[in-house]
Amino acid sequence: MASSNNRRPGFSRRAHYGVFASYVFAVAGALVGAILLALSYFDPNTFGAARTAVAEVTAPISSSSGAVGRSIGAVPEWIGTYLMVHDQNAVLRKQVVADRALMMRARSINYENRRLKALLAMRERIGVPVVSARLVSSSPTSARRFVVLNAGSWQGVERGQPVLGPDGLIGQVVESGPNTARVLLLTDPESSVPVRRTRDGLPALAVGRGDGLVDVRSVSNAAATFAPGEVFVTSGAGGVYPPNVPVAKVLRHGRDIVLAETVMRASTLDFALVQRAFLPPPPVPVATPVAAAVPKP
Amino acid sequence: MRKRHRGPFDEPPESNLTRFLPAISVMLGSCVTLWPTIASFPFLPPIGLLMLLAWRLIRADALPVWAPLALGLFDDLVAGQPFGLAITTWTLCFFMIDLIDERLVFRDFWQNWLIAAGGTAFYLISGRFVAVPFGAHVDTVLLPQVFASIMLFPVVSLLCAWLDRDYEPA
Repeated sequence: MASSNNRRPGFSRRAHYGVFASYVFAVAGALVGAILLALSYFDPNTFGAARTAVAEVTAPISSSSGAVGRSIGAVPEWIGTYLMVHDQNAVLRKQVVADRALMMRARSINYENRRLKALLAMRERIGVPVVSARLVSSSPTSARRFVVLNAGSWQGVERGQPVLGPDGLIGQVVESGPNTARVLLLTDPESSVPVRRTRDGLPALAVGRGDGLVDVRSVSNAAATFAPGEVFVTSGAGGVYPPNVPVAKVLRHGRDIVLAETVMRASTLDFALVQRAFLPPPPVPVATPVAAAVPKP
Repeated sequence: MRKRHRGPFDEPPESNLTRFLPAISVMLGSCVTLWPTIASFPFLPPIGLLMLLAWRLIRADALPVWAPLALGLFDDLVAGQPFGLAITTWTLCFFMIDLIDERLVFRDFWQNWLIAAGGTAFYLISGRFVAVPFGAHVDTVLLPQVFASIMLFPVVSLLCAWLDRDYEPA
């Protein structure tokens, strides 16, 4: 294939100037782009408004094509469940019997817990649900882990609110437009969630790695050891995430920093519940009004 | 300005669709990220950039020099990369191809592939360094993504050539 030489468009002076002007424009644009890149490097949410404006248009496309994809993708599962239904039934019956005893115990513990809390007159906040909506698309080319939620500020979704799935924590809202919002997943390299171990309350941080897993980092002074299968739940520290929401399950033996997988796997995400931030942010301080000398009547 | 009468031997004027087909196909390539899937790690090749490079390498006058500015802006808005990344890197890719064209008299497909490989790797790796902290564990998933993107270029190139099948050079 012949090499391009659109730089020398013949003898026309006008065409020469046109080519020159387009290069000047391209170089200037590249410099502006570099400045924009620097801005978004230092403050990643600078251009959130433009992004959410585009997401307003694209989210309906994603959500409707998602419905088509899901209904086609569900066909093999229907066939599978139809064939497996007998065996599955037997297994489930057995499991119900096994779980019954456990549930009785849990119920009594729950009851006892409520009574003890009432005795202590403990003041408790509960997570107030804002809206539940579908997660429609994500950022599969980027190293960041963003997800677009099909609800925005018109539905009450605001920046900083925690996003929960049926089994555990999904992430946090970082940008919110009128009808869409962008959610930062737990596995994003910039995400960090205060957690504690269910077994003994060992405090730790679940920090995203970027490859679909999280690092659980112990924040206690004593050397901490982790074993596979240990579950970490949110501790409620920091006031964003409500306490006792499952976050991560440890994968390997380790000390201080250990690899863990999130309880909500990204491939299974569909619906998400947005809750009010567990503790509202502290009020903005206002200047104390100075008493002005009022003339006496 | 009065329209010049078209002589019997002048080429027919380009229709709007053929003029904007390259830009539209690049934007559709960027929109592949809207496919409703929740990714747990970066796996999707930057189809928009691959389309752009394929158009530029197949037919140099398909897109003006400043086209990557506008197309990169659009890609930044849909792809979830840091804003400004595609604007900058895509334009730099075009400049690099211009420089290479100054040196090479003739390019064949293997050289196109090599150039496109360099461009995509440049975009993805600079995206990794701008978007996430240095210590993040994304490199093991980034390399397969770069490899997949490079392997996808011939397909995208074929697609562009197919879209361009009706074009007759002046």
